[in-house]
Formats: sequence, structure tokens, C-alpha cells
Amino acid sequence: MKKSVLIPVLLSAMVFIALYSFKDISNSHLKGNGPIPDADNAGLKLPEGFGALKVAELGAKARHLVVTPQGDIYVKLARSKEEKGIIVLHESSDGKAQVTGGFGNYGGTGIYLKDGYLYASSNQEVFRYKLDAQNKVIDPNKPEKIITGLKAGRQHETKSLVLDNNGNVYVNIGVNSNSCQEQDRGLRSPGIEGCPLLDSMAGIWQFKAKELNQSYGQGVRFATGLRNVVGLDWNQQNNQLFVMQHGRDNLNSSWPELYNEKESAEVPAECLYALKQGDNAGWPFMYYDQIQHKKIVAPEYGGDKKKEADSKFIDPAVAFPGHMAPNGLLFYTGNMFPEKYKNGAFIAFHGSWNRAPEPQKGYFVVFQPFKDGKPSGDWEVFADNFAGTPEKAAAGRADHRPCGLAQGSDGSLYVTDDVKGAIYRIVYNKK
Amino acid sequence: MKQVLTIILILTIGGIKLNAQTKGKTKKTVQTDVVSASVLANGQKVYNQYCLSCHMADGGGVQNMNPPLIKTTYVLGDKTRLIKIALNGLAEEIEIDGEVYTNVMPSHGFLKDQEIADVLTFVRNSFGNKASAIKASEVKAIRAEKK
Ligand code: HEC
Repeated sequence: MKKSVLIPVLLSAMVFIALYSFKDISNSHLKGNGPIPDADNAGLKLPEGFGALKVAELGAKARHLVVTPQGDIYVKLARSKEEKGIIVLHESSDGKAQVTGGFGNYGGTGIYLKDGYLYASSNQEVFRYKLDAQNKVIDPNKPEKIITGLKAGRQHETKSLVLDNNGNVYVNIGVNSNSCQEQDRGLRSPGIEGCPLLDSMAGIWQFKAKELNQSYGQGVRFATGLRNVVGLDWNQQNNQLFVMQHGRDNLNSSWPELYNEKESAEVPAECLYALKQGDNAGWPFMYYDQIQHKKIVAPEYGGDKKKEADSKFIDPAVAFPGHMAPNGLLFYTGNMFPEKYKNGAFIAFHGSWNRAPEPQKGYFVVFQPFKDGKPSGDWEVFADNFAGTPEKAAAGRADHRPCGLAQGSDGSLYVTDDVKGAIYRIVYNKK
Repeated sequence: MKQVLTIILILTIGGIKLNAQTKGKTKKTVQTDVVSASVLANGQKVYNQYCLSCHMADGGGVQNMNPPLIKTTYVLGDKTRLIKIALNGLAEEIEIDGEVYTNVMPSHGFLKDQEIADVLTFVRNSFGNKASAIKASEVKAIRAEKK
């Protein structure tokens, strides 16, 4: 009798202890040996329950980044600093990181980690570096040059990249033009017939991850009519490429009779596109007007701000306000954040310039909910105040400008800034 | 005699007006070259319509894209070079005070000589800049040279 009572008591005690210690383990990243949010959340405004810390400040133009499960951070710099275009940092247990080295003497934006390789781009080439089991680059001085000879103009010159699960690399080749005018950004300058620039720019090209020295001849123009893409990501849920286009500028300054300053500040939309091979997003012949919810013929190609464009051009998955410059896109697959964030998209808006004299906009990270690989519900500002104050954002004089996004293995969200090179880490700490 | 008096009177009033306008900002105006308030006003009008969208209201430009017009060697330096930038635009791999800018500047040759002179004079005397005025005749001469 006594024995039979004791056993269940002992058992429940053991279960209790086991559960308790598990709880401790799962929260350990926040207590003692885990990232500790800065007292001021690194200056960011975040939703309830989130905190942020400044992992490091590089004093260089930090563009995209990746974070390894071992706590190493690889950051691509727009221009190399002391002959290093990729900076390596290592995190300590409180989340702060120290620079441990660097390599790759070329500026650029794209960097991505996949299946034992680190991929990084200059503005004309893509390299890959073999990693060891600890995700450390084995020979930083001997990358494989997998892609070369990509066109890079003075504007929209960066090459962002991402990989799918089939050994393909997708590279953005932005076009060195605003709207393919005879005189770029000129007053009432018409569009060049057929826009020949489209043959080698203004699209996403697909290459093989493991072949050397590929160029246009070996690649496939996967999608066209995309003026410039900086933020892009592979959606693992529906196995599809998503990109954020930087929409055209200068509707008012080139076509003052058609567009006033206000209209020119708001349109066209910054569009999120879900791409299939062969898609055409319509640049420079059209732009997407998120107020009319229509594809509109560009004024350079006979548009009058109402005339609708050919329906062969694809529709955006989501249309955001104009000129906010989406520079980072990340589908969140982590487990740290609350359920609603799972598989949704974070977008880093670098912040506008082409809204002047209207107030500038952006300088924040947005969250767009997704369901089953499709946008579902309205987007919201997730992390704000990179600029420092609303006045600095409105004037375009931001202290920090969000650019790249990455997910840590614990589910933290990392954000780079390319003004001062700050690296932010956003964590969820609600019990 | 009467004429001389009128001229002196105009100059004095002009000087006072300008002094009053710039009081608290820069004190080192007048003397070398008096830029009339109307030139500055016209210049600002042209600036707001054709330059502000890229170089911004404060002349500070846009990081990595459009250069600032604050005390750059281009703004304060050689007038001919400056006039040519306004007339022909600029899209070259150049460093402007240590930074590169990736956007292009379209030609503003469609502006009248007087408008170009006024806007450049405005730029050279705003955003903390101080440099001599540019005259319509100088713009005209450089425009003619081009043809
Ligand atoms: C579409 C954007 C744009 C517009 C509009 C524009 N600029 Fe520029 N401007 C630029 C860019 C970009 C450069 C640098 C080009 C380069 O690096 O080759 C530049 C360079 C300059 C420079 C020389 C560099 C410096 O910073 O001192 C001056 C002076 C200048 N612009 C004045 C003007 C004036 C005056 C106007 C209006 C009449 C104007 N700009 C309109 C984009 C623009």
C-alpha cells in the first residue's frame, strides 16, 4: 500500500524536475548565457515582448550578412575596408561580437550560406568559399569564381544573390537606368524603343552553384522587367523565389505636367514579386500604382498615368508605398518569435530619397504575414527608429539605415546598417 | 551728380537688405560681391524645381547616390566647370570630396542662361557656401562654346 503511493509521487516529482530543467534550457539564451538586449533596445522601437542589442558597429558600409550556428557572422561591405570586403565577427555568449578577421578585397552586397559554401558577390562576379564543419572558410584567399563578367553600371550596380535547393544561384542584375529614357532622368526624355538594356540587365539570372566562370552565355535569364532588386529570398514553404523591386524614380521631375510632387512621392509601389521562370515584371514599360491597384503604362512609353499596361506583365504579391528602397528580404523560419511570424516575410526598407520635397519614408523593418507561401493580411512596421528621430527620417538624414537581414540559429533576427555599420540582433523575450 | 547719388542710394539699400537677410547666418557678406536678394530668390525657385529632388532641401545630397552641394570643390571652384555640369549633366566615375555617387545628373541645358546663372549663384551662396555670383553672360559664353 505504502509502496504503491510512493511510486506515483516519485514519478510526478521526476517529471516535474525534468520539465523544469527543460524550461531552463529553452530559456537559457535569455538568462546568463544568452543575448542580452541593450537597455534602450539599441535605439529601436519594437513590438511588445521584443528586445534588441547592437552586436557590433563596424564603421563601414555593412550590406548583407549571414550568421552561422557557431556564432560567426560574415558581413559583406559595399566597399572594402583595409582590403577586406567580407568582415568576420564572433559572438560571445552575451550576444556582443568582436571582429576576428576578414578577406575578399572587393566591395559588393550579396552574401549567402548554403550546403557547406559561403557565396559572395562583387558588383560583377560571384565567388564561393568552401566551409569546414564549423562553417569557417577554409581558404579565404582561394575562392572559386563561379560567375564573372556581369554588367554593372553606375547605378543599381550591386549583385544580390540567393540559392534554391537544386544547386542554382539566382543573381540580380540591376539596370543602370531609371526608366530607359534616351537621357536618363532627363526632363520629358522619351523611352528608348524596346529598351535594349533588357538583354543583359534588369532581371534575375540563374546560374549553377558549382560551375566555374559562368557568364551570360551559361546563365538563364530567369525573370526580366525588374529595374533593380536588392532584397531577395527563397521561400522554402512553396519552393519559390521572391524579390523586392526598387521602383522607378522621378515621375515628377521628368514629367511635371503629368505628376505633381505628392503623386511622385507616393507612386510607383515598391513591389514584392513571387517569380516563376520566364516572368516579366514590366520595367521600363510600366509601373505598379498601388493607389489605383493597377499596372500603368510608363510616361516614357506613352502613358498618361491612367492607361493600363499589357496584362502579360505579372502582378505584385504585395505593393508597398513608393521609394522606400527595400534592401533586405527574409522569410522567417525560426522558432523564437511568436507563431504569427512563422514563414512570414521581414523586409528592410533602407529609406527613401526620391520623395523630396515631401517627407522621406522608410528606414524601418516591416513584417508581412504569409500563409501557405502567400501573403495573408496587412504588413506592419516591425522595427522602427533606425533613423534616430522621426524628424531625421523625414529629412532623409538617418543615423542608421537598415539593409541586410539574417536569421540566427536560435531564431534571432539580425539587421545590418550601412551608414555606421551597426549590426542589430532582435530577440523575443516575453515569457 | 544726381545719378551718382541714386546709385549710391540703391547700393546702400541693397546692402542693408542683404545684411538683414543673412543676419545670424553669415556675417562676412557684402563688399566683394553683392548678390541681390532677387537673384537668390530666383535661384532658389529654380533649385526647388530642378535640383532639390536629388540634392535635397538642405543641399546635403543622398548618401552614395547624389553628392552634397556643401563646400565641394565643384561648387566653390572653377566657374566654367560648374556651369558645364549644369548645362551637360554629369555621370562619371569621380570622387567628390572622397566619396563616390552612383546616380546620374541629367543635363539642365533646357534652362535659360539667366536661370542657370541664378541657380548656381544661389547654390554658391547657400548651405554654408560663399562664392562669387555667376552671370548669365558667362553661361551664354560657355553654352556657345559647346556648339
Ligand atoms: C537626377 C538627380 C540630379 C538632379 C535633378 C540634379 N543633380 Fe546635380 N548631381 C547629381 C549626381 C548624381 C551628381 C554626381 C555625378 C557624378 O558623380 O558623376 C551631381 C553632381 C552635381 C555637382 C558637382 C558635384 C558636387 O557635389 O559639387 C553640382 C555642382 C550639381 N550636381 C549641381 C546641380 C544643380 C545646380 C542642379 C539643378 C539645376 C542639379 N545638380 C540637379 C544628381 C542630380
